[in-house]
Amino acid sequence: MGNAFKEESTELAKKTAPADLMIVAKGLTKKYDDFTAVDGIDFQVKRGESFGLLGPNGAGKSTTMKMIGATSLRTGGELTILGKDPNKQGPEIRAHLGVVPQTDNHDNDLKAWENLYIYGRYFGLGRKFLKKKVEELLDFAQLQDKRDVKVDQLSGGMKRRLTIARGLVNEPEILMLDEPTTGLDPQARHILWDRLFRLKEEGVTLVITTHYMDEAEQLCDRLIVMDKGKIMAEGAPADLIKKYSSKEVLEVRFGSSKNAEAAEKLKHLGDRIETLPDRILFYAEDGEKVLKQIHKLGFEPATSLVRRSSLEDVFLRLTGRTLVE
Amino acid sequence: MSLINASIDSAIAIAERRSGKFGAEFYAGRTNAILERAFLAFKTSSWMIVLSGFVEPVFYLLSFGFGLGALIGGVTDGAGNSVSYAAYIAPALLATSAMNGAIYDSTWNVFFKMHFGKLYQTMLATSLGTLDVALGEIGWALLRGLAYAMGFMVIMAPLGLIPSWWGILAIPGAVLVAFGFASIGMGITSYLKNFQQMNWVNFFMLPMFLFSGTFYPLSIYPDWLRMIIEALPLWQAIQLERDLTLGTVGWSTLAHVAYFAVMIVGGLYFTTKRLSALFLR
Amino acid sequence: MLTEPKMTWQGAAKIVDMKKALTWGPWFVAEYRLRNMSKWLGAIIAFGLGNPVLYLLSVGIGIGALVDQNQGANGVDGVSYLTFLAPALLATSAIQAAMDETSFPTLQGFVWDKSFFSMNATQLTGGSIVGGIMIASAARCIFNTGIYAMVLWAFGAITAQSILVLIFAAIFAGLAFASVMLAATSFVKHDDGFFALVGRFIIAPMFMFSGTFYPLENLPIYLQWIGWISPVWHATDMGRNLSYGHDVAPGMMVIHFAFLLAILIVGQVVAMRQFSRRLAK
Repeated sequence: MGNAFKEESTELAKKTAPADLMIVAKGLTKKYDDFTAVDGIDFQVKRGESFGLLGPNGAGKSTTMKMIGATSLRTGGELTILGKDPNKQGPEIRAHLGVVPQTDNHDNDLKAWENLYIYGRYFGLGRKFLKKKVEELLDFAQLQDKRDVKVDQLSGGMKRRLTIARGLVNEPEILMLDEPTTGLDPQARHILWDRLFRLKEEGVTLVITTHYMDEAEQLCDRLIVMDKGKIMAEGAPADLIKKYSSKEVLEVRFGSSKNAEAAEKLKHLGDRIETLPDRILFYAEDGEKVLKQIHKLGFEPATSLVRRSSLEDVFLRLTGRTLVE
Repeated sequence: MSLINASIDSAIAIAERRSGKFGAEFYAGRTNAILERAFLAFKTSSWMIVLSGFVEPVFYLLSFGFGLGALIGGVTDGAGNSVSYAAYIAPALLATSAMNGAIYDSTWNVFFKMHFGKLYQTMLATSLGTLDVALGEIGWALLRGLAYAMGFMVIMAPLGLIPSWWGILAIPGAVLVAFGFASIGMGITSYLKNFQQMNWVNFFMLPMFLFSGTFYPLSIYPDWLRMIIEALPLWQAIQLERDLTLGTVGWSTLAHVAYFAVMIVGGLYFTTKRLSALFLR
Repeated sequence: MLTEPKMTWQGAAKIVDMKKALTWGPWFVAEYRLRNMSKWLGAIIAFGLGNPVLYLLSVGIGIGALVDQNQGANGVDGVSYLTFLAPALLATSAIQAAMDETSFPTLQGFVWDKSFFSMNATQLTGGSIVGGIMIASAARCIFNTGIYAMVLWAFGAITAQSILVLIFAAIFAGLAFASVMLAATSFVKHDDGFFALVGRFIIAPMFMFSGTFYPLENLPIYLQWIGWISPVWHATDMGRNLSYGHDVAPGMMVIHFAFLLAILIVGQVVAMRQFSRRLAK
């Protein structure tokens, strides 16, 4: 798959006044020796927006996040965050940001509340202010009863909430979340989503990477799909589904040995068909209708399922099904 | 709750105050935040272990100074006077105490924070600069070295092992020694990548302790070996402390001081440089 | 991608020899430990041999020169200082090897990588694991003291005839200590500096106040008890008798032997009980 899917990204830029642009990247590139992690990407994020970066492992999402976070120097192109250059004004830019890295990197020698407090001190915030702020954040993260517990004794979900709370200590204008819910149970994910929504309502700009398509659909106003350092597609989740997938998907199974043979005879059905080792997918406006046609042709699937098309279908179509190690 | 709060002295305002000033890209003037973090961690850690680190030199003083001293009698100091064996090795062990305290924190602890705790990465994701981190961590290691040296002094002084009034300067001398070792320790550690390489630090420390004129004068060595040892930091530290406690102060004492000044500046420079290369690249 | 298994499936009943598996358990554990050790062979040789050789040079030769200068060539216990020191250095190196094999690796098996639990998920029992660790410790003690004895012999510190008996005394002390250390470590829940404290308050004094560097009688009586409960002293006193005929009453030789044997057995009993309990929890 090539750049055929790449959408015009200038559309939004025209509509938005420059003052409201939080992040502007033009031809943004990051090269490590002979490896190009990010390969000349363009995007913009405006104030109050919730912006998603999607892509398989190694797509360049985390590198892009680090460059925005002014902890990794770009090697080409332009990048401005709040009108400043991260290669030159690192500490100043970082003062505006809240960073939630992919892996929780708490200070394991410190208690929960101390982690929040000292992180605020790193920004030079006053002790009096922080005393109040820490309480507020402990409430926000629902960690009041764990305040005096050392971080290494917290559960995975608690640590994640603490990391997010920590990223808020300087009341950032942009909150950067790198896979915020990876490794969490469903309850913890939903609590986190709720917290992030509330931040969005407060006017915080969110930049999110995720592997979970349902999460991207829930949280992102707009997203880019990256693969191998390039942008494959850009747009709102619903628009992307409309553009790159059908309304519904029918999944049928004939048994591992018979799928390929059946697919050969059914390939004219639906808008598009995809044959996997364990099942066949039909992309269509109406899944039930395709199923009836299959029956009519004399095929009896072992199981069948009609579902709505999701961002996951878009993602797999754009980035392929091969495992990325 | 209010997350956007414009009325307070915000992180942005604080960061922008230094904007445009010299060194703004690597120094935010907030070393104290790093020291505060170290103190918080110290409070909740097993500080018994940290403080007990000064006992080893004390054991050496008691066992060697008095037990072996009975077999050895006296040793001739730099000025040609005979001093008791205990008084001869005591300043060496004082210098070693200052070195140990500084080195424990600035090597292994720094290594763990750097590669496992990811602490510096976290710090540098805020508006802190690399020099803030380097100064703070080295400063804390210095304090530990100073604490060990003071602990050792408390035992050494009442035993009558400081014959000269110059000995008052032995503690400031220990600060200099600890600063030097902390600085160079963190500088070197920041370039090391794995445990095997870290083990070389230990591998270097023990012979330096055993052979730097700690327990006997360098005169038993051939000239080439003596010159190598005289270039090592522990020998410089031991001579500095020995000059002060035995009162054999001279121009060479100042040379030892200069040696440590260079060590401090060099260590800070390389640490700061390396932190940017590792976490801000 | 997964590929189809190529081997025919026979089932555990056919391929595991139950009797062999049970009787040879400790040796399987030992094999695992020795394989692990072989990855660090360079470091084991460097530290196991490097440290004692450094002490040999610094204390034996360097301080020895001061002692012999003051006491005459055969002034300590009727022999040169180096001859006097050698049996103690050998015992200490065996104990250091035992400490390295029983401290961190044991905590690793219980806490860090939990390998003891995965061993226990096979037919291996707590007893086999303890046995395996002791076998591996013995191997490491033999390896280290064997090479070290050669070095001491090359320096003329011990005679060729006494090498075997000295190695025996040293390894005996090493195993006795390994046994006790293993029992103690089996109770440790997390590191928290436990080993740092053991090193500072048990190993270091044991090394320095056990008649290692001067006759135990040189110490005031209120410090001599450290020697009496220290495997280093029992092995050293025995070793000095075997090496150069240091005067030890026959009854005292029996006591040395009995003391080391007693702590070896007590350590094993406690370790096996605690291993079984902890693995079953």
